[in-house]
Amino acid sequence: MNQNLDIALLLEGIPHAAMILDDTFCIVKMNRLMEAITGYTREDVTGIHGELVVRSNTGNSKGQLYVNVLRTGNAVSVAGDLINRFRRKIPIQYTVSALITIDGARCGLLVVAEDTSATVAENKKGLLYSDTTEMIGYSPKMQEVFGLVPLMAQTDASVMITGETGTGKDEVAEIIHKTSARARYPFVKVNCGALPSGLLESELFGHVKGAFTGATRNKPGMFELANKGTLFLTEIGDMPLPLQVKLLSVLDDSEFQPVGGDQKKEVDVRIIAATHRPLRAQIKKQQFREDLFYRLHVLYLHLPPLRERGEDIRYLVDHFFEKFNRSLRKSIVGFTPEAMETLLQYHYPGNIRELKNIIEFAVNMCKNKDISKENLPSYIFEPQVVEKKSWENNRELKEAEPSSQQADNRDTVDQGSWEDIERSMIIEKLKEFQGNRTKSAEALGWGRMKLWRKMKHYKLI
Amino acid sequence: MDKLLIPVQGDFVAQRFDLATEIIIAEFDKSGQMAGEPKTIIMERASDDELCQMIVDLNITDVICGGIEEQHYNFLTWKKVTVYDSIIANWRIAMDKAVSGALESGAILVIENGARLDT
Repeated sequence: MNQNLDIALLLEGIPHAAMILDDTFCIVKMNRLMEAITGYTREDVTGIHGELVVRSNTGNSKGQLYVNVLRTGNAVSVAGDLINRFRRKIPIQYTVSALITIDGARCGLLVVAEDTSATVAENKKGLLYSDTTEMIGYSPKMQEVFGLVPLMAQTDASVMITGETGTGKDEVAEIIHKTSARARYPFVKVNCGALPSGLLESELFGHVKGAFTGATRNKPGMFELANKGTLFLTEIGDMPLPLQVKLLSVLDDSEFQPVGGDQKKEVDVRIIAATHRPLRAQIKKQQFREDLFYRLHVLYLHLPPLRERGEDIRYLVDHFFEKFNRSLRKSIVGFTPEAMETLLQYHYPGNIRELKNIIEFAVNMCKNKDISKENLPSYIFEPQVVEKKSWENNRELKEAEPSSQQADNRDTVDQGSWEDIERSMIIEKLKEFQGNRTKSAEALGWGRMKLWRKMKHYKLI
Repeated sequence: MDKLLIPVQGDFVAQRFDLATEIIIAEFDKSGQMAGEPKTIIMERASDDELCQMIVDLNITDVICGGIEEQHYNFLTWKKVTVYDSIIANWRIAMDKAVSGALESGAILVIENGARLDT
């Protein structure tokens, strides 16, 4: 190594996780980003084989990549992932290049692990995705949405996303964040409808020790945790009025006061809000502040319901079928024409979430080559005319904001849909087998791990 | 500790739970002595789900591994399996440490090339 260079300083100048290995592939130096991505401090891992610390899946488990680069001198860059000390799997672009001295000797390696969570590939028509989130949409309405998302990612303005439940509001918000300049900073999601006013205030702005009974320590709020990143406020229409005032003040001044605190804290947070409620109607009823509405409503994105997306249903059916067929290790070939017709005709009040659950149900239930009508959940054959009619006839819906009564109707329909049915199925089987999870899982056609995940999802454990 | 499982790669604890295909299983009697020689199992393919299933099926009580994803870690601990994860070590040394009760998750014990040993 050239002793005239301050290698540590050089590494800090690289905008990705980076480390220098010696010719036996042991760590000589690493930068702070490498410490952050792997979870190890440089003091702990200096002198350790680089791959034991990075733990990538790039075919380098025995250091073959390192050996080849050092032998040939040719740099290599491969995509993969790593699992860090905090049990997180992170997608990376792993680049290994040889370090060569002035006299031509190869004395070590420079290893760069670029966190590609933020990278979004938009190279296929009809697909919009980041590494963790994927959206499919070939219909004109979704193509319009896909065209707007990259534009929204380029600015820091607040975004309001509307759409019925299950249309993918959360996914769009995450994609906007991950394709924005804030991608390397946190994306924090807060459900404004899930907590009572007092708790939500503490959740958003944090509290200081002694602010209220039980506040035994200082707790940072979501605003603080999302600093430099994006705060996604879902179900903003359910936020209590007093909190709306405080939120508006934070948005205007970029600073806030934690609950019980006397010092203001500055934050730099981008806000994305989402709701299925008709905010204009709520403003008229004085349930939502008009000034906050206009503050949040700088950029606007409406996600169409699945029934308005035409041919997308077929693409989504195929996508989820392939996904579950593979993950459940089934060898189902496809759908019978009748089953496919039923799926294409159904109006999906729960939108994509419901479609996904229906396909998962069908793949689980199918014991033959093709999924037939008998393998589909029985509730989709029940008449749904009332809800469909009321939506179709509603002018406000066409203007992207369903009435609160309709939203309530829809909630009722959703609550009786697949998730509830699946939950009841699990409970029934557990009762039938006196709580024996192995037998229950077998009866449901699942592995025990899947049953455990589902029970956790439905809060049955 | 009754039955210990370690995904390995050569002499080391395998870097990743989900990529391991070679498994060592060691059984211990009540005095903490190893009962017989550790057995080696070669898995048909690397799979974290299948490895979790194997751990449950074989009534494994302790696991020593490298990197493991949160959901599999949670599953195993929920099944009352003690998991020592993020271990960077020669597997025999990690096993001895675990038997003596001195192993902790995140431990860095032996590195072949770097010749590093923290005791």
